[in-house]
Amino acid sequence: MTVAVFFGCAFIAFGPAFSLFVFTIARDPLRVIILIAGAFFWLLSLLLSSLVWFISIKASNSQDLRLQRDLLIFGVFFSVLLQEVFRFAYYRLLRKATEGLAAISDEDTSAISVRQMAYVAGLGFGIMSGAFSMINVLSDSLGPGTVGIFGDSQYYFITAALMTLALTLLHTFWGVLFFEGCEKSRWWVIAAVVSLHLLVAGLSLLNPLYEGSLPPVYVITLLMGVWAFFSSGGSLHSLSAVCTRRKAEGESS
Amino acid sequence: MNTSDSEEDSYNERSALVQCESPTIPSYNQDHDVSLPQQTDTKRRRPVSSGLDEPGPVERERASTPDGEEEELTLKYGAKHVIMLFIPVTLCMVVVVATIKSVSFYTEKSSQRLIYTPFEEDPNSVGQRLLNSFLNTIVMISVIVFMTIILVVLYKYRCYKVIHGWLILSSLMLLFWFSFMYLGEVFKTYNVAMDYPTLVMIIWNFGVVGMICIHWKGPLRLQQAYLIVISALMALIFIKYLPEWSAWVILGAISIYDLIAVLCPKGPLRMLVETAQERNEPIFPALIYSSAMVWMVGMADSSNPGSADGRRRNEGGARAQEEEESEDDAAHGRRRRYSAEEDLEEDRGVKLGLGDFIFYSVLVGKAAATGGDWNTTLACFVAILIGLCLTLLLLAIFKKALPALPISITFGLVFYFSTDNLVRPFMDSLAAHQYYI
Repeated sequence: MTVAVFFGCAFIAFGPAFSLFVFTIARDPLRVIILIAGAFFWLLSLLLSSLVWFISIKASNSQDLRLQRDLLIFGVFFSVLLQEVFRFAYYRLLRKATEGLAAISDEDTSAISVRQMAYVAGLGFGIMSGAFSMINVLSDSLGPGTVGIFGDSQYYFITAALMTLALTLLHTFWGVLFFEGCEKSRWWVIAAVVSLHLLVAGLSLLNPLYEGSLPPVYVITLLMGVWAFFSSGGSLHSLSAVCTRRKAEGESS
Repeated sequence: MNTSDSEEDSYNERSALVQCESPTIPSYNQDHDVSLPQQTDTKRRRPVSSGLDEPGPVERERASTPDGEEEELTLKYGAKHVIMLFIPVTLCMVVVVATIKSVSFYTEKSSQRLIYTPFEEDPNSVGQRLLNSFLNTIVMISVIVFMTIILVVLYKYRCYKVIHGWLILSSLMLLFWFSFMYLGEVFKTYNVAMDYPTLVMIIWNFGVVGMICIHWKGPLRLQQAYLIVISALMALIFIKYLPEWSAWVILGAISIYDLIAVLCPKGPLRMLVETAQERNEPIFPALIYSSAMVWMVGMADSSNPGSADGRRRNEGGARAQEEEESEDDAAHGRRRRYSAEEDLEEDRGVKLGLGDFIFYSVLVGKAAATGGDWNTTLACFVAILIGLCLTLLLLAIFKKALPALPISITFGLVFYFSTDNLVRPFMDSLAAHQYYI
């Protein structure tokens, strides 16, 4: 519980998201707005799912710990489903906005493509999800205390940071895939995204058995990353083109 | 502690969101007494129905060509202007939240109250507490309404000297006294030893440069920074001295008041903005944050961008920043050179009243002050930004002064109470078990 832990966990959890923001989003005002609106939609989904969970808690016996835990698990899955519903709602909103912008502007295309919006929206969801999971934990890590003094795991902070990072990246990839699926009306893609999200949430239920939750989640993240890359038009050819171009530029300079 | 009356009122006129293109419209108008609300709709129709044959077709042409492009321009630079307002609002909130979380002075409840909230909140009885907070709100809002009306009357009867004196007095107090208090508390928190001569030097320089930047001329960025700082200081004072429940009720009431004052035909803020636009004067710089260079009254050749560019480059000290910004604006201006009006619009940007900054920061600051939960603060922050975005969208559509408080404060309040009561227990349980959603 030191400043080192605070900075380490903060950079692990938010480093990639922050650098993605700085390099790809910060320059374009429209993308920043879409990012913040995405965060807002995620927040709305969280609000509604917390409301449902809260009602279920109040309606039940607060002494029965087993029931409380089951209700929490139900809350987790319900929240996941609601997040995906709101992702779809955000997709519809962005489509309407694109049509509006395209109709008004001089050129036929709008300033931002659906793929870019998918990426930004996914990142917005991811950043907000990560922030809400991690910020309170980070602020506690600055204060005094002993981790796991009651017999819990000592690796709480680092695993929380790693899980947050994975979820942020996953939300980004899911955003890309989801919008792509909606655009091309490939419903199996959407179903896959939803079920994978449920799977990841389910894996996190295995905590504190971190071997059961973290490695599979990272494997899934990697697979999602590859899938999103190919789905949004990338190819091995373009990857090698990037490498050779950099090499050529390096040689020529 | 007594804050001067000037504080209370001056932040209030600051609650409006204005787009800056309207003053150029009278040059196309045939009759100046048509009231502004019809302008936006009839702006394009008026040249057609002007009844004069010769200018008719010409104006119709001018009205039609920029039509589609103007719409597109509005939306295209709408995004840029939204960001130009996001950044200062975010900075102000960051300053307030950082202070609240580190300097405990602003969260300690003192027995002193402002004279504007005379009723004490008794923590024991809910009904009594609620009643007292409503009474406090009524007192506060009536004071604000009264002050606003006085200000508008003074402005209408051109008592500029009185208004300027009032504003100067209030910014003096903010820049010297409140920042001295703030600095004192920061030093106490971090246990920094400081001697009076150094302190006097610091405060003196800070205050004088601030007065010059805000009331006279100065680099744009410096002026913006000072406006953000004084809004943050004012917000901190409110957070400290408003009783708990009264603060929330006041926030709600003031957004309703803002809505009425800016939109109703006889609303004081609307009359203020309209009078300023009729006279083609900028509203006092001490009340409004402008995202672009403000054009002074009587500036010659507003239709000649060349000289204007030159003037912009020469004004202000910090050349590097200024040139960057003016180059950017000038580049934009040159690209859309077909109409000087467009050029002027691009340069003027969008303005946000300081009262809006203050109340946004009060909301987020109070969210940060009560309880140690950062999720609530973040949720309120996002809600306010989204409200501001929606308000700016409406501004782009309606093109007249709009109240910036209602939407943001409503979202902020809804998210504060729901996050604090519903989301917090949920996220705490999830974090305790390390479940991730």
